Amino acid sequence: MKTNTSQNLTWQEWLKVQMEKLAANRKILPILVVAGLILSFAIPQFHLLNDYVILIIIYVGINIILSTSLNLINGYMGEFSVGHAGFMAVGAYIAAILTTQLIPDNLAIWLFPLVVIIAGCGAALIGLVVAIPSFKTRGDYLAIVTLAFLMIVKSVIENIEAIGGPRGIPGISKLSTLPWTFIWVVIAVAVIRNFVYSKYGRGVLSLREDEIASDLMSVNTKQVKLLSFIISSFFAGVAGALFAHILQFISPRVFDIVKSTDILIMMYLGGIGSIAGSIIGAVIFTVLLEVLRPLGMWRMVLMPLVLVLLMIYRPLGIMGMRELRWFVPGYELVASKLWRKNKGVDHVES
Amino acid sequence: MKKLALFLGVILVLTMSISACGGAGGQAQTIKVGVVAELTGDIPAVGASCKNAAEMAVQEINDAGGLEVGGQKYQVELFVEDNAGKADQSASAAQKLITQQNVVAIIGPNASRYAIPASEIAESSKVVLISPWSTNPKTTLDAKTDLPKKYVFRAAFIDPFQGRVIAKFALDNLKAKKAAVLFDVASDYNKGIAEFFKATFEENGGTVVAYETYTTGDKDFSAQLTKIKETGPDVIFLPNYYSEVPLQIQQAHRLGIEAPFLGSDSWGSSELITLCGTDCEGYYFSTHYAADAATPVATKFIENYTQKYGNTPDDVAALTYDSFGLLWQALQSAGKVDREAVREAMSKIPAFEGVTGNMSFQAGSGDPIKSAVILQVKGDKFVWFANANP
Amino acid sequence: MTYLLQQVLNALQLGSIYALIALGYTMVYGILTMINFAHGDLFMVGAFFCFLAATALGLSFVPTLLVSMIGVALLGVLIERFAYRPLRNAPRVSAIITALGVGIFLENFTLVFAPYPQHVPTLIQNKTWVIGGVTISSLQILIIALSIVLLILLDTIVRKTMVGIAMRAISWDKSIVPLMGVPLNLIISATFALGTSLGGAAGVMYALAFPVIDPYMGILIGWKAFIAAVVGGIGNIRGAMVGAFILGGVEIMVAAFLPSTYRDFVAFTLLLVLLIFRPYGILGKPRPQKV
Repeated sequence: MKTNTSQNLTWQEWLKVQMEKLAANRKILPILVVAGLILSFAIPQFHLLNDYVILIIIYVGINIILSTSLNLINGYMGEFSVGHAGFMAVGAYIAAILTTQLIPDNLAIWLFPLVVIIAGCGAALIGLVVAIPSFKTRGDYLAIVTLAFLMIVKSVIENIEAIGGPRGIPGISKLSTLPWTFIWVVIAVAVIRNFVYSKYGRGVLSLREDEIASDLMSVNTKQVKLLSFIISSFFAGVAGALFAHILQFISPRVFDIVKSTDILIMMYLGGIGSIAGSIIGAVIFTVLLEVLRPLGMWRMVLMPLVLVLLMIYRPLGIMGMRELRWFVPGYELVASKLWRKNKGVDHVES
Repeated sequence: MKKLALFLGVILVLTMSISACGGAGGQAQTIKVGVVAELTGDIPAVGASCKNAAEMAVQEINDAGGLEVGGQKYQVELFVEDNAGKADQSASAAQKLITQQNVVAIIGPNASRYAIPASEIAESSKVVLISPWSTNPKTTLDAKTDLPKKYVFRAAFIDPFQGRVIAKFALDNLKAKKAAVLFDVASDYNKGIAEFFKATFEENGGTVVAYETYTTGDKDFSAQLTKIKETGPDVIFLPNYYSEVPLQIQQAHRLGIEAPFLGSDSWGSSELITLCGTDCEGYYFSTHYAADAATPVATKFIENYTQKYGNTPDDVAALTYDSFGLLWQALQSAGKVDREAVREAMSKIPAFEGVTGNMSFQAGSGDPIKSAVILQVKGDKFVWFANANP
Repeated sequence: MTYLLQQVLNALQLGSIYALIALGYTMVYGILTMINFAHGDLFMVGAFFCFLAATALGLSFVPTLLVSMIGVALLGVLIERFAYRPLRNAPRVSAIITALGVGIFLENFTLVFAPYPQHVPTLIQNKTWVIGGVTISSLQILIIALSIVLLILLDTIVRKTMVGIAMRAISWDKSIVPLMGVPLNLIISATFALGTSLGGAAGVMYALAFPVIDPYMGILIGWKAFIAAVVGGIGNIRGAMVGAFILGGVEIMVAAFLPSTYRDFVAFTLLLVLLIFRPYGILGKPRPQKV
């Protein structure tokens, strides 16, 4: 370990400086993405990691998509949706039906991206339907709308014999490979990040602060809500499609209220209104569940305790309402720097 | 940049710990066997029985000095993983056992909805997986080709078999003409048996007058039972778990329903009688074995289990124990501790005398051939009533 | 006709059970505007206290009910003190997620000690009467009566007593009311004790009606009671009762007159439609929103 550099810094200070440099360096993110992409191809090719670790990484990727997309509704827009697993189910079922019943196996590998997009679109369409009640209902009442939606999706799937009913769909090809998962994670994070920092994104944020006020400030609240729900459910559908093609089996039970709760926990653990937070939350949640395996039954006792303690000490989640500078557009950073200078605020956590 | 440090630090620690829990252990003299069980999640009782029976099976072997494979005594090392009642965790638990713990075979998961994803992992990793309790025909089949999977076996009946057995029993022994069914529509096991029961019952001249459903977690069945009462059935079939059946029967009695009830192997826990009190008296269900007419193997198992855990074993415990028995036999006839050899031996097991009766595997199929018995609830015991063959 | 009457009776029974749990939800919500998602699990703990009191201590019905109510109330107050109070000034969602976490903790903690479903002994000898073809059991009457009595009791406490007035004052404004000499923490603790003891009572009644209990029994019914509370207008005690009977009625009637396979689908679609037309529940009033 490097402890002291020539400037006589303790290693903590040195680390801090380095971290500051790292966080401010805007080239890191593209480098990480490219490195990740190369790694995602290299790892399965050269067996750098064993199958178990690869599986967990894919789970992490899917969970990142889920928590980031949920963050759009629950974090940025400030609603409380508990129906995310429902959108996931729609995407998973559409994709699974396409690859098992309609598309021949040899084509499925090539058409998989298209399948995922169709699955996402299907989920987005359903998201549109759920968005409509959100024009009038808010808060806890909207939570119930999404909860009822989840129950309806589950009940409908259970009743359609053609898609297996409660028995689900077995024998789905394993098409969610590491590269595809990685690419979809990058797409999801990029789209949601761009949306949040776009004109509509401002509208989303203003909705969280005050719906009536933003309406008065001529934010088209309906349009903003529709868009957010569509984007959020699209990526939930994408995650569902990936999930179906890594598990190779789906049943309505997979997408129950417990799954929704898991996504909620991941997202709030990471922090509302933060993309970096959602990523951290998904990583910690997924990996912690695996690492704590030796605890047996106590694992599921410890997990919620960790969550409760974390919420008490960091009520907004790990990254609540803050963002890693990598994800913030440059002009925004410049603006906040100027603002700080004018205000004379010397340190605001970015 | 505290948070960045935290972020990177946490990821680093987690990746390290995840890859550290593997590691090559001492290969010599031990056989590693993995269990994936539903210890937490929606069916913890199933997981608990599975774990108990697994620990007992392994302890018996180790106390006897180990399992003799190819002239060498091996101690057995057991790894029990929880799948938290989730399909994705079943897959990751199975994968962990295969890659990190390097097990020679996996027993479990039990419910079909968890066994199927785990079986896909086992199949692609070429490791034998025996699901003690999964009854869905699809568990051991490759859904694409409808051919049997090579590495996946089970110890239980499959749904069609049991549905037929009970339907025939209702028609022939109980002389029932009108049957009612109440089952959990959200659970694959219950629905599978209910469907095959209905099909067989109607093919053979009976009518199913009421075909009512509920959803997992419901405790109030009054609406469905009132409806069933209206149709006046001769017999009511409840292919549901032993924790739900007592409620259904008690509520039916409260509504004044007098028709006899029939059940499937999911009734087969002595807990049923504790939970039911006197309400279940005289009713029938199909299962794998009868405790009162038990073979010496079964009697010994029941005795040991009761002594060790303080309650009588249910069907999951018995089937898990048999899955281990199958595995021991396969290991012995394989003559070496090797995944591929175990598979070879598994598919060729000619006959196995287990706690749940005699079973054998047809070449190329993961489903055992075994017979069923019909038991009747009498006092605080299940009493043999009839034999039923496939 | 007797069929319909029988089903109405069934609906009343199911509605009463939902009501007992929904009352607890709405009570805490009404005062703190916080959804206590752990309520369903406190209900489960209530059922387990009932089981312990009846088997280990061998108590009869009334002491069992008291033990459970007091036990669950204590647990509720403890949870409030250590998990929710630190978050009182945090955003609402933090408290909700904490509540979810507490709920999962309670489930799995209980599970470690009771992996198998437990049987609650009969505490009340059940009698059934047949009146004009309709079967009525003493348990049904007890459940329906108890839920109505508790509703009236709760309504009176909140409307007429000093504690109730203080509770309503706090729900109005948490920063000024303490300045008037209302002990904020004490009143909130009292609210929690009251709300969760109702959950405990519901747990006991449930354990008597459906004597097989398991650690996960609170999840589904908790969510359903939450739905009932919201449909009635969350925060409104009478609304919770109305919502619970509507939910119970819809569930039973759909199962009674349509194929029961479609029960969840039809029931939840009806609730969705209802919420679209009455976005603040049946008896709920939209809170005035200030800009």
